[in-house]
Amino acid sequence: MSVYGTDKRHHTLTVLVENKSGVLARVAGLFSRRGYNIFSLAVAPSDDERFSRITIVVDVESSPLEQIIKQLDKLIPVVSITELDPEVSRERELLLATVEAGPDTRGQVIQLVGVFEGRIVDVGHDRLTVMLAGAPTKLDDFEDLIRSYGIVEMQRTGRVALPMLDRSGERPPLRAAGPTIASTTEKAG
Amino acid sequence: MELTGAQALIKSLEMQRVEVMFGLPGGAILPVYDPIIDSSIRHVLVRHEQGAGHMAEGYAQVTGRPGVAMVTSGPGATNIVTPLADAYMDSIPLVVVTGQVPTTAIGTDAFQESDITGITMGITKHNWLITDGADIPRVVAEAFHVATTGRPGPVLIDIPKDVANKPMEWYWPEPSDLDLPGYHPITEGDPRLVRAAAELLLAAERPVIYAGGGVLKARAAEVLRELAERTGIPVVTTLMARGSFPDSHPLCLGMPGMHGNYTAVTAMQRSDLLIALGSRFDDRVTGRVDAFAPDAKVIHVDIDPAEHNKVRRADVAIAGDCRLVIGDMLTALSDLGLPHSQATRGGSGGAPSDAVPGAPAITGSAAASFPRERLVPWRAQLSLWQQRYPLVYDQPPGSGALKPQFVLESLRDATPDDTIVASGVGQHQMFASQWWQFDYPYTWVNSGGLGTMGFAVPAAIGAKVGRPDKMVWAIDGDGCFQMTAQELVTASSERIPVKIAILNNAYLGMVRQWQEMFYGERYSEVYLSPDLPDYVGWAEAMGCVGLRVDSAEEVASAIDKANDVDDRPVVIDFRTDAFEKVFPMVAAGASNDDIIVDPSLTGGDEG
Repeated sequence: MSVYGTDKRHHTLTVLVENKSGVLARVAGLFSRRGYNIFSLAVAPSDDERFSRITIVVDVESSPLEQIIKQLDKLIPVVSITELDPEVSRERELLLATVEAGPDTRGQVIQLVGVFEGRIVDVGHDRLTVMLAGAPTKLDDFEDLIRSYGIVEMQRTGRVALPMLDRSGERPPLRAAGPTIASTTEKAG
Repeated sequence: MELTGAQALIKSLEMQRVEVMFGLPGGAILPVYDPIIDSSIRHVLVRHEQGAGHMAEGYAQVTGRPGVAMVTSGPGATNIVTPLADAYMDSIPLVVVTGQVPTTAIGTDAFQESDITGITMGITKHNWLITDGADIPRVVAEAFHVATTGRPGPVLIDIPKDVANKPMEWYWPEPSDLDLPGYHPITEGDPRLVRAAAELLLAAERPVIYAGGGVLKARAAEVLRELAERTGIPVVTTLMARGSFPDSHPLCLGMPGMHGNYTAVTAMQRSDLLIALGSRFDDRVTGRVDAFAPDAKVIHVDIDPAEHNKVRRADVAIAGDCRLVIGDMLTALSDLGLPHSQATRGGSGGAPSDAVPGAPAITGSAAASFPRERLVPWRAQLSLWQQRYPLVYDQPPGSGALKPQFVLESLRDATPDDTIVASGVGQHQMFASQWWQFDYPYTWVNSGGLGTMGFAVPAAIGAKVGRPDKMVWAIDGDGCFQMTAQELVTASSERIPVKIAILNNAYLGMVRQWQEMFYGERYSEVYLSPDLPDYVGWAEAMGCVGLRVDSAEEVASAIDKANDVDDRPVVIDFRTDAFEKVFPMVAAGASNDDIIVDPSLTGGDEG
């Protein structure tokens, strides 16, 4: 029972925006007033201090992706929008969880963290706080497995993504040429 | 040169060649009002901030220049929210300046503080809160650029009192100094798409040009006319596009939509090609979307790409300025062999008789089999509908109830052809759009998308300020008039001689019509009384000439009297028939196929 995963309904948009106050409110406000659903959202400064990058996973069942992109594009502080299809992008997310880990189960939890290549970041008498970074589906699997030990608290960051590198040496075609390819919408309008 | 922020703001507006602004001062905007005394900019002091916003809209609609309004923080700012929303819906360029509490007080719930940039985020094209006086000239230049380019719209500049008071070093930015890395409005259409559109156009048998407000925004009325005349394709003009194509033109079918005429509505329904120019498939035009123009392919030209495929999927979607794209389309049509032709210009009656081939056919091109002969059956069908389902009303002679349509026809015939007409929202608006003859662009000022009651009086005042050379009439309802009538005090004191025709049926007429038709004649909270207020007395108290008309025979003389007044506003209280309804009508959510025409045309009795 994957909550995240590579559901076809979910598309990832990475939105380069001007690093000015109120920009996140403009983006979030647009989604709420036009009835678009945000599945997850992550914001951080980009490598250029004038801009920030917002990674939004949108639910394209609620509204057509074309409308979401075009309306976002109309916001003045939005500089560019890149749509990342899960099949041609590298998506990562971070999970932090505090898990029940009494003497009987502690070994099993530690083992599970090891199998998933996670880390233990804090240790209590009968609880552990663990960290796992990885593809959202992997986090889903991990979350399912540790649930039986008892999750006290958990946070996930929402995903960030970059396009998969093209090893053929040719430029990837634009989205218009095929629906499964990542594309960048140059800002217009 | 060192200036205060306030001086820099006013000087920046002067640099933008602002001639007039509409506003009302208050605490937080006080510093900015001081340099107005020494400025070349005329300031019109309104009685309510909503009036300032609608005046700026009226001014912008008739001049094509951005309207400017200035108000104080808190309630001043929130009072101008409605005009901003109105301008956003109708793509009207406005620059609104609001005062704000000092930066140190922002967020403390200070006196007259409101988060106006937050409040107006969704109803402005963009807004700015200035926190550094050095930004003032650049932000003003950016604001005017954003408001007037691409799809026009309202913008707001919020200026805290301390920023207005502090000194700054004056400069004026070069275009390259504007800091808008994410704003690159499209103007030129993609030539391949334009060509594809031209080909579709030549292949169509039942084409209709669906002209919207974007035609006026792009100042494309002339090229639209050329397109229609060269192709012989009939034109419908939406509520926002009235006047963009002359109503008197034989190819003009008039207004489509919920209260559009039968031929305009049905032509779109039966069409095999809709050429949507600066129109946005608004729900009032389409009716039930899945039943709208089922057989039509769609060419959609709009400067805002987000309008493409929003409501109706387009076969050819062209992002670009309507004037440029239509111009390119004409070139593409020539390339495809369509002859230049004057055949339809000034012809008579929309009958196929004026569909004379204008030039010998050119063989071997897409245009060879086009156009006029092919459109003959279509044009014949349209004229049959026009004859069968005209707009009708029945004005009984003598002292019978005065029909609003009769008032409008009388007013239309007694005023210059290029009279500017502003209207509020409701039955009177639909009657005005139906019965006026709009032959010139920028002569119809109304609230289309938002449907703002009370728009007419202040919008007419703003229009008259922008075009003092033209006669300006507001057509208003009694409900609407009561919402913003106080601006007639502004008009009187500023000597702005607008004329107001109140179609006083003592009801919120459009709501009453719906309650009669769809709520079993259960009238809930729609009665207003014809005599309370006393409109003539009220008009006179506001420094206007007040007149009252009770019957058809008094109409002409009252209008003549009003037309003779040019030193103050005039208000005529026309006592009209409360039972008159607007027809045709497509009920909300119904298909345009189910258009309800005037009962007299179907042999039924009117209620």
